Amino acid sequence: MADVPDHLLQRSRERRKALGLPVEGEEGAEAPAGETPAPAEGEATTGAVGPAAGGGEATGGGEDVETPGGGKIPAHLLERSKKRRATVGGEGAATPAAAGAATAVAAPLAPTATGPGGHTQRLLTVVKSGSIQQTRAEAQDKVHTWPHLLVTEFAAVLIVLAALTIFSAVVKAPLLGLADLNKTPNPSKAPWYFLGLQELLTMFHPMVAGVTIPGVGLGLLATAPFVDKNPSHKPKDRKFAVAIFTVFVMLWSILVIIGSFFRGEGFNFVFPWNNGIFFDL
Amino acid sequence: MANGNGTNGNGNGRQRVSAAVERVDDKMRGSQAWNSIFRPGSVYRRGYTDSPRNRSYVIMNNVLYHLHPVKVKRHAVKVSYTLCLGGISFFLFMLLTVTGIFLMFFYQPATASSWNDIKTLETAVTFGSLVRNMHRWAAHLMVLSVFLHMCRVFYHGAYKAPREFNWVIGVILLTLTLLLSFTGYLLPWDQLALWAVTVGTNMMGYTPVFGSSIKYVLLGSQQIGDQTLLRWYVLHVLLLPFVIVIFMAVHFWRVRKDGGISGPL
Repeated sequence: MADVPDHLLQRSRERRKALGLPVEGEEGAEAPAGETPAPAEGEATTGAVGPAAGGGEATGGGEDVETPGGGKIPAHLLERSKKRRATVGGEGAATPAAAGAATAVAAPLAPTATGPGGHTQRLLTVVKSGSIQQTRAEAQDKVHTWPHLLVTEFAAVLIVLAALTIFSAVVKAPLLGLADLNKTPNPSKAPWYFLGLQELLTMFHPMVAGVTIPGVGLGLLATAPFVDKNPSHKPKDRKFAVAIFTVFVMLWSILVIIGSFFRGEGFNFVFPWNNGIFFDL
Repeated sequence: MANGNGTNGNGNGRQRVSAAVERVDDKMRGSQAWNSIFRPGSVYRRGYTDSPRNRSYVIMNNVLYHLHPVKVKRHAVKVSYTLCLGGISFFLFMLLTVTGIFLMFFYQPATASSWNDIKTLETAVTFGSLVRNMHRWAAHLMVLSVFLHMCRVFYHGAYKAPREFNWVIGVILLTLTLLLSFTGYLLPWDQLALWAVTVGTNMMGYTPVFGSSIKYVLLGSQQIGDQTLLRWYVLHVLLLPFVIVIFMAVHFWRVRKDGGISGPL
């Protein structure tokens, strides 16, 4: 039997007293005369305590009994328990309480590890059903990656590869004359994705156009998730973010297009249909 | 099985052939070598019949497919949702690596020889012109597809929690893609390359405080020349690919760790 701390025993005794139940340690009216006061410590394991099994349950009529935990034990269960205890306890009671060796036969039948008040189990805690969390994952509409996703990916790869191969077979990559530091082409253009920056050079100081604007731009882009606190993914909830980004992309595209096709000799503004295209990829 | 095949015409001959094929097949699949290559559960060991179990095994037993989860959200499979842009960017990167390795066999980064190497590649090397064209166009296409991928992600709000960090990685990948393309621009050593890079590096030279140092580090000397070519060559074929692969690995890994593809809207 496990050691029961004194303060718990004390609380149990007070509770039982409040409920009008027999309290061990006192001479309960229902306790058999021969019973020793229920010990607080472990000597209850001997067979001699057999009769004590009957000690705690003499109360209770036909109706449900309130347990200290607040729940109710159905009457039929109590009845069954009582019957069982009667058979077990009866045998135990039939032998004289101090019979010694003679009780050894009945001893295995009696509950050997009884707690205070003859209980064979203790209520450790009551977990209310509401406090148990439901951790089941929400069902998601999913499909197998093979074949559903991989087929699409293979198709995309094949289309890109085929288109690129055909395009490359037809259109040659540019290779102009050998590089010559003494011969500056007019106009000199950066790669197309930097032509937006080169376009800005015509409007701002080089430090602003070449360093500040792209630096701040990339910084803003990288911090977008931390600036945009709106949790919604729906386009109709994100009109401002979508508008800002669209303006940004359009502005950039227009700058690149102007830089690519509308800038001629001296990087002056020209129309490609008048002066031709000054652009190499 | 062999008994059921080819009962008419040259039935006997065909039966014997198919029986022989089956024997070889059994022997091969039963061999220790074969079973050491293909893991237990691989469809190359057991053969493929369509079942949920085998569909999972296909993904689990291939290192490349294994980037995917076994199952994905149904809406993510729709082409109209992602337009495949991220995957196409990755594919173009692999294609650029393969074609780039081919080009490396015929190229030396030196002002005296680079342009001639390209000329020789175009005229005298089998498939040289085609591979160079593919490398060039795939590079431009990759810049475009990475940029469009970013737009797609923005319009879907896919950068929001818990995917903020992956968006930042994505911006880094975009920057690295631009740098890879730009460093490759110089290598043919023609007028286009030289002056595009001159314009670009002049712009970076305007960085406050460190401007001239940055320009010097990029050029390797006061003026574009052999040092610049060597530097940009190493950046282009080694350093930047090495860095971008690390960031790509983190990018793909985070896609899965952050709960797969975002949405549906």
